[in-house]
Amino acid sequence: MVGIVVVSHSPKLAEGVVELASLMAPETPMKAAGGMDDGGFGTSFEKITEAIDEVYSDDGVAIFMDLGSAVMTTEMVLESMEDRKIKMVDCPVTEGAIAAAVVAAGGASLEEVVQVAQASKEQAKF
Amino acid sequence: MADVKKVIEIIDKIIADVDEQKLFLTELDNVIGDGDHGINLARGFDAVKTIEDTFESKDIGAILKAIGMKLVSTVGGASGPLYGTAFMKSGALLNGKTEMDMNDFIEMLQVSIDGIMKRGKAVKGEKTMLDAMIPAHDAIKASYEADGDAKKALDAGVKAAEEGIEYTKTIIATKGRASYLGERSIGHQDPGATSFTLMLKAVQELA
Repeated sequence: MVGIVVVSHSPKLAEGVVELASLMAPETPMKAAGGMDDGGFGTSFEKITEAIDEVYSDDGVAIFMDLGSAVMTTEMVLESMEDRKIKMVDCPVTEGAIAAAVVAAGGASLEEVVQVAQASKEQAKF
Repeated sequence: MADVKKVIEIIDKIIADVDEQKLFLTELDNVIGDGDHGINLARGFDAVKTIEDTFESKDIGAILKAIGMKLVSTVGGASGPLYGTAFMKSGALLNGKTEMDMNDFIEMLQVSIDGIMKRGKAVKGEKTMLDAMIPAHDAIKASYEADGDAKKALDAGVKAAEEGIEYTKTIIATKGRASYLGERSIGHQDPGATSFTLMLKAVQELA
C-alpha cells in the first residue's frame, strides 16, 4: 500500500492532519514529520527521513508539505534517496492527505494517489 | 588565499559572528518573517562547531560539504536547505583541494548562487539573500579580474553586499513568508541578505 508522510513546521499541525486522514483510512501507513527534533517549530531532515523509512514499501510514498523550508528540506531528503519511489505532492495539505489516504487504502498506485491528491488543488470548497 | 587552517579560522569566525548577531537577525525576521532566522542559523552553526575537530584532517571540499550537511539537518528553517545547498555545492567544487585561491572563491560564490536559485526557485530582486550574493559575486569578480588584488576585490564584494542589503529595503518581498506582507515588507532589510553579508565579512577580514 502507498504510504503517506505529512511535513509541517508545526508538530501539532502534521500530527493533526495524519489524525484526520486516519479517521477515513486507518489502514494506510501514515506518519507525521512536524517540527524539529527538540519539538520546536521548523522542519527536520532527520524526522522526514525517518518518517519515510517508517511508511516506505515498494508501492512508494506520497509526501505532503506546508510551506518554505518544508518543501526545500523534503526535496533534499528525496535527493538523498534517489533510488526510491517517492513523490512530493503540490496541493493543500489537509485535503490532499485525506484524499490520498483514502485512495491508497483502496489499493491505488502511487501515480493514482498523487493524481487524486493533486486534484484537491482545483476543488472549490463552496 | 586560504589553506585548510585558514578556512577553519574563517568558519570559526562565522560561528562566533552568527552567534553574536543571532538576536539581531531574528529581530529582522520578526518584522517580515516568522522570527527564527538568527536562532535557526545559530543552532546550525553551533552544530557545525561540534564537528569542527574533524576538519583538520579533511580537505577544503570535504569541510564545506560537512558544514552543508550539518546545516541542512539542524537549522530547521529555509536558511538550512539554502545555505546547506550553497556549502554542499562549494564542497563539491573544491573537492580534494587543500588550498584555494581567489578564482576558486569566485567560482564558489557562483555555484552557491546557482544552487540557492535552484533550491529556492528564486531570482534577483525578490528580497532574498541573492540580492546581496549576486552583486557581491559580480563586484569581486570584476575587481579581481581588473587588477588581481584579492584584498581590494573582497572589499568591493562587501561593499556591494551591503548595498544589496540597502536595496532589499526598497523592494517588496515575493519569496518566502515575507511575501504574504506584500507592500508592508518595504522599508525592512532582508535577514538572509544580512546573514550572507556577515559571512562574507568574515572572509574579507581573515582571508
